[in-house]
Amino acid sequence: MSLWKHHEHVEKNSILLLILILITVSIGGIVEIVPLYTIESTIEEVEGVRPYSPLELAGRNIYIREGCYSCHSQQVRPFRDEVERYGHYSLAAESMYDHPFQWGSKRTGPDLARVGGKYSDEWHVAHMIEPQAVVPESIMPPYRFLIEKELRHDDIADHLRANRAVGVPYTDEMIENAVADLRAQANPELGIDGLLERYPNAHAANFDGNPRVVTEMDALVAYLQILGRMVDFSQYEVEDLIQ
Amino acid sequence: MAEAIGRRETAAAVAYNEEVVRWFMLATVFWGVVAFLMGVVIALQLAYPWLNPGPEYFNFGRLRPVHTSAAIFAFGGNALLGTSLFVVQRTCRASLFGGPGLAAFLFWGYQFFILLAASGYVLGITQSREYAEPEWYADLWLTIIWVTYLVIYLGTIIRRREPHIYVANWFYLAFIVTIAMLHIVNNLAVPVSIFGTKSYSAFSGVQDALTQWWYGHNAVGFFLTAGFLGIMYYFIPKRADRPVYSYRLSIVHFWSLIFLYIWAGPHHLHYTALPEWTQTLGMTFSVMLWMPSWGGMINGLMTLSGAWDKLRTDPVLRFLVVSVGFYGMSTFEGPVMSIRAVNGLSHYTDWTIGHVHSGALGWVAFISFGAVYHLVPRLWNQRELYSLKLVSYHFWISTIGIVLYITSMWISGIMQGLMWRAYDHLGFLQYSFVETVEAMHPFYVVRALGGVLFLIGSLIMVYNVWRTIRGDVSVETREALRQGAVAAPAPAE
Ligand code: HEC
Repeated sequence: MSLWKHHEHVEKNSILLLILILITVSIGGIVEIVPLYTIESTIEEVEGVRPYSPLELAGRNIYIREGCYSCHSQQVRPFRDEVERYGHYSLAAESMYDHPFQWGSKRTGPDLARVGGKYSDEWHVAHMIEPQAVVPESIMPPYRFLIEKELRHDDIADHLRANRAVGVPYTDEMIENAVADLRAQANPELGIDGLLERYPNAHAANFDGNPRVVTEMDALVAYLQILGRMVDFSQYEVEDLIQ
Repeated sequence: MAEAIGRRETAAAVAYNEEVVRWFMLATVFWGVVAFLMGVVIALQLAYPWLNPGPEYFNFGRLRPVHTSAAIFAFGGNALLGTSLFVVQRTCRASLFGGPGLAAFLFWGYQFFILLAASGYVLGITQSREYAEPEWYADLWLTIIWVTYLVIYLGTIIRRREPHIYVANWFYLAFIVTIAMLHIVNNLAVPVSIFGTKSYSAFSGVQDALTQWWYGHNAVGFFLTAGFLGIMYYFIPKRADRPVYSYRLSIVHFWSLIFLYIWAGPHHLHYTALPEWTQTLGMTFSVMLWMPSWGGMINGLMTLSGAWDKLRTDPVLRFLVVSVGFYGMSTFEGPVMSIRAVNGLSHYTDWTIGHVHSGALGWVAFISFGAVYHLVPRLWNQRELYSLKLVSYHFWISTIGIVLYITSMWISGIMQGLMWRAYDHLGFLQYSFVETVEAMHPFYVVRALGGVLFLIGSLIMVYNVWRTIRGDVSVETREALRQGAVAAPAPAE
């Protein structure tokens, strides 16, 4: 067959080989990824999804830093058992401000997409300090050091700015108030009106029981407590969410 | 084409750069041990959580990327870079483009990247993108190194003295080019400050998920498959002293494999918020991928036609050939797991971990061991390895290790998947999550044991390689050489 003959040209011309390889490996990615940006129904229209508050964002960065995603998913699949165990299946809209996404790939521990509000702050703090003290059979590592470490937050406004650069709609006002909002969320006595106005539904509390310093534990628990709580699912019927 | 490899190239005619290949082989062995050791550590942490120490640096979440990166990029990467630079020189009868200086820069630059990445993980610097964890500064450095690699590789091909480009080089070239594309796109990010380590991905949510798994699956497809197929297409014919089974099959294998692989990423995102049409495309292409994969396996295995008896006497060839068997097994299992209904059960469980390891240990590591054992005596001008019997021990111990590993993960994965969806007769979920965690314990112990065996095997290799380099020859190898059971290479080769 003559096709084999033609292949001879490719085998004798390295640049031609290189170009053909490049074309061959580009097609699949282009066909699959590009439409996700252009087809509007990719992300459902729901209300309530907002950018993370500064403290939640800092907590999310600790979640990433510690590799929690290597044991926990954040993506509930539309199966009866998962919906009963974890709650409403995950929507694309819920992670639209997640740079990067944290859907995960392994459930050594349970899914955390809707863990917000499931436990008290005290439970989380005790659990993070020593998981086995709360759940004896747990194989989760302890994260005692989080409560001892002060959260670095002098540069939190830069983090909001970087997020804005990649498309998260942080306003100038949010960036200006970033440090104040962060402190207020970990110590509500500082006044949380501004915080709640900018970040509706934010859970402000003295998470780790120590109001004097903002610790990494404060941030992480603030993040865990907002997971899955931005969208109010009682407002939607199944048909509303079909993509 | 296929004959080109059978020809004895004379080193005298071309001044091959073997120095850098020697370094890469040593680095392969070294990082292999590190990767397996880290694997054992984190496997034990899952079986015995008290092994997570108080200080943050060494708990599971931070060590897991150290293990995966050490296995893929440090062990696998050094094996690929080293063998590819050896193969490209031999099959093109040309020395490395750029000379020894550029090659040395590639070697040290790549090791530096590994250190940058690993130190970052321990310190908590990570993008959390699986197999693309290094932060922006390490990514930029790798980009420079990778471009250097492409320049050396392509430059050497361009100045070849053979009319044809040998098939192993197609695979290596596709690996280099595609990894460059994946690496650059998937790591697009905005740093918080140029003096800081943290960055935010350019993509978010569902788009980010697909970009990452487009990258992630093709790290498997091009780093761990196409690259290692390059090893297969050179070392198996060489070791068996037979031409590649079918030249036409290699052409079909090559183009269909690289075309189809790229589409398979969405099978990591079944039943998620990713639109269903994308999931279906990913599944369809993953199932189709089975065909070229097995075409390649057949091409590799059938190369032994007429030389099957060598498997009995040559344990190095056994490593190479059994690795292709494992390749066939995992490329059958993969498409099965990409079917949505199966994936509904397997996803998020240890079944995936088992699948990865049948590929990583059985295919990637075994073919690398074969290449190392084949190359070390040649690179250090010895007649043969110190001991072929030790190679045999290494082979059997590691094989038992793999069997323990993958069977325990099959059972634990399928079992946990079934437990999650089990209902009792009253219609309630039968098991709490933590009950399913508890049920995993015995399998985690067995898995760790499998890992320990694999590690022991690699230590035997370290010993054997070291004695070989020193120039020692064991009694039984001397005997085997005398009887002609293994082909003694011409020293210059
Ligand atoms: C080695 C795997 C592992 C790592 C790493 C890990 N976890 Fe866990 N996690 C588990 C397991 C297993 C459970 C279930 C038992 C329990 O509740 O402790 C769990 C449970 C949880 C729960 C309770 C969920 C529920 O619905 O009951 C939360 C919250 C949690 N983990 C948060 C985290 C955070 C935050 C991190 C990172 C700082 C983290 N985990 C890291 C394994 C892990």
